[in-house]
Amino acid sequence: MKNNRRANSFALFGMPYYFWAIAFIIIPLLLVLYYGLTSEAGTISLENVFAIARPAHAKALFLSVLLSVGCTVVCLLLAYPLCLIMVNRQKAQNSFLLFMLIIPMWMNFMLRTYAWQSLLEKHGVLNTFLNTIGLPSLHLINTPGAIIFGMVYDFLPFMILPIYNALQKIDPNLIHAAHDLGAGFWQTLWKVILPLSMPGIISGITMVFVPGLTTFVISALLGGGKVLLIGNVIEQEFTQAYDWHLGSGLSLVLLLFIVINMILSSVFDREGNGGLL
Amino acid sequence: MSRALIELQHISKSYDGKPVLDDLELTIHENEFVTLLGPSGCGKTTTLRILGGFETPDEGHVIFDGKDITNVPPNKRQLNMVFQNYALFPHMTIADNIAFGLKIKRKTDKYIQDKISYALNLVGLQGFEKRMPGSLSGGQQQRIAIARAIVNEPHVLLLDEPLGALDLKLRQDMQYELIRLKNELGITFVYVTHDQQEALTMSDTIVVMNQGYIQQMGSPETIYNEPENAFVADFIGDSNLFPATFVRDELIEIDGRPFLCVDKGFGQNTPVDIVIRPEDVIITTPDKGTVTGVVTDLIFQGVHYEICIDVNGREWVCHSTEASLVGTMVGIAVDPFNIQVMNKPESEDEEAAAIEK
Ligand SMILES: Nc1ncnc2c1ncn2[C@@H]1O[C@H](COP(=O)(O)OP(=O)(O)O)[C@@H](O)[C@H]1O
Ligand SMILES: [Mg+2]
Repeated sequence: MKNNRRANSFALFGMPYYFWAIAFIIIPLLLVLYYGLTSEAGTISLENVFAIARPAHAKALFLSVLLSVGCTVVCLLLAYPLCLIMVNRQKAQNSFLLFMLIIPMWMNFMLRTYAWQSLLEKHGVLNTFLNTIGLPSLHLINTPGAIIFGMVYDFLPFMILPIYNALQKIDPNLIHAAHDLGAGFWQTLWKVILPLSMPGIISGITMVFVPGLTTFVISALLGGGKVLLIGNVIEQEFTQAYDWHLGSGLSLVLLLFIVINMILSSVFDREGNGGLL
Repeated sequence: MSRALIELQHISKSYDGKPVLDDLELTIHENEFVTLLGPSGCGKTTTLRILGGFETPDEGHVIFDGKDITNVPPNKRQLNMVFQNYALFPHMTIADNIAFGLKIKRKTDKYIQDKISYALNLVGLQGFEKRMPGSLSGGQQQRIAIARAIVNEPHVLLLDEPLGALDLKLRQDMQYELIRLKNELGITFVYVTHDQQEALTMSDTIVVMNQGYIQQMGSPETIYNEPENAFVADFIGDSNLFPATFVRDELIEIDGRPFLCVDKGFGQNTPVDIVIRPEDVIITTPDKGTVTGVVTDLIFQGVHYEICIDVNGREWVCHSTEASLVGTMVGIAVDPFNIQVMNKPESEDEEAAAIEK
């Protein structure tokens, strides 16, 4: 009896969260599902999902995946060595460095992207500077490169934090043991540090790849409408073409990609942790 | 004694300005089982880490086989360490853990396989190749850690409180295992522990440390029977550790009562410390004792009784196979050669070191 009552009061505390989840997660998702799987006439149809096969859409999706993978790889290559350096430093210096890296996260991310726009523009800060010192202008804005650049800048902290956490959890004696058994720096990195930090790497990849795949603000601002990503296509369907059915249908395809990514990462994660259990 | 293998010369080390080791001098011989013994925080691990190459001393040199290896990194030293918490790689099977060092040295698969079965056999864990470290008990992990170290055929094995996390029975079994292993492999062991019993059981040489200083170095018998100062006497075994006066050669006074001893050369009427092991205190009838006292406590401890006797306000502890009832008046005698006379600590520093343990 007593237990029951306790369970009930916990359920009561849970109410606001249930409400939140239903109102802002479940219902919108169901709406997307409904619009995506019906035609304008209201009949069930998969035409809006299959619309991804149209050349323009397929191209946008392909580009999105490409840029997001690119951004993820760059983030990983930047974050991992940085985190390795950080965990090997004194604690106090560390928190400061981490703090510096995370500060940009607190600024509105649209604002940050605008900042990069004015830096990279044709007559922007960077080119003005280059011209002043006698170098030719660079064509940066409105290229896929600029978009990757912006995405890396925005999403890097999401790669750093989980990797840093994972690296910090590694018992220093394991690294000493590897050295003790004759392993040099690279061998220790490859055989001990990398496998043990795999959970952090995987969660970092997920946290960068998914927002990268769905971004439309960064590509709009730094791509100048010339580089269309799948996020931009969907956005336009909702805000300009008012075709909610097509927008939802394409969103479902994107959702599928995200779910696949999550499943893959949880499988890898379980394997990575399996040895620890 | 055989050839000197390792020499620590004038080693000093501080952390954040706090000295941990101060001018440490230590020679380790080939095939020796050396134990660094001392209370927690006295610098045992630091000494071992300097030997292993995980720490660089602020001053001094580490000489190995005649060569200065002070600045040689751990992966280039012919020593292997068994870590305090085992430090097995959690993502590798037992076989891969043991093979780690051999694969780095690019040994053949055949050689590695043979070594793995040899090592598992040696530590009594045949058939554990495919298991993961997390599925093993503490004692088993300990054995694997040892197996992983010895397959590399090190000249010296460094062990940092390897039995610290095991329960008493297992610890005793493992002590004999380690002695057997050492004899079988014929290599030098440098062993760290804060457990005096363990040190006495296993070592050829015990190095008693306190606060970064070596207090005494010697065979277990010497350390036990002839402690050089109050710290060592107190740290090793139960003991009656009393202040006394060295009246003249072969005569001391404890609380004003004369006792014969065999020590000479401490001067005349000099304040000293003396130690008498509980098993050396002889209980007799009051008329036959050098001093008399009243039994205040009687505790059965299996092999013997521990008997506490109040002698004019000072408590004497005695081990005897015969019980004496609480409240009885008894006499106490001590054979002269069982009284160990020690100098008082000279400086306040040393005194603090001796008391604060
Ligand atoms: N990396 C370190 N940084 C700061 N202080 C340390 C470090 N390692 C050890 N110490 C200090 O040095 C002293 C000796 O430590 P240690 O050698 O581990 O002692 P033991 O192994 O005898 O218990 C302790 O007071 C400890 O706090
Ligand atoms: Mg220690």
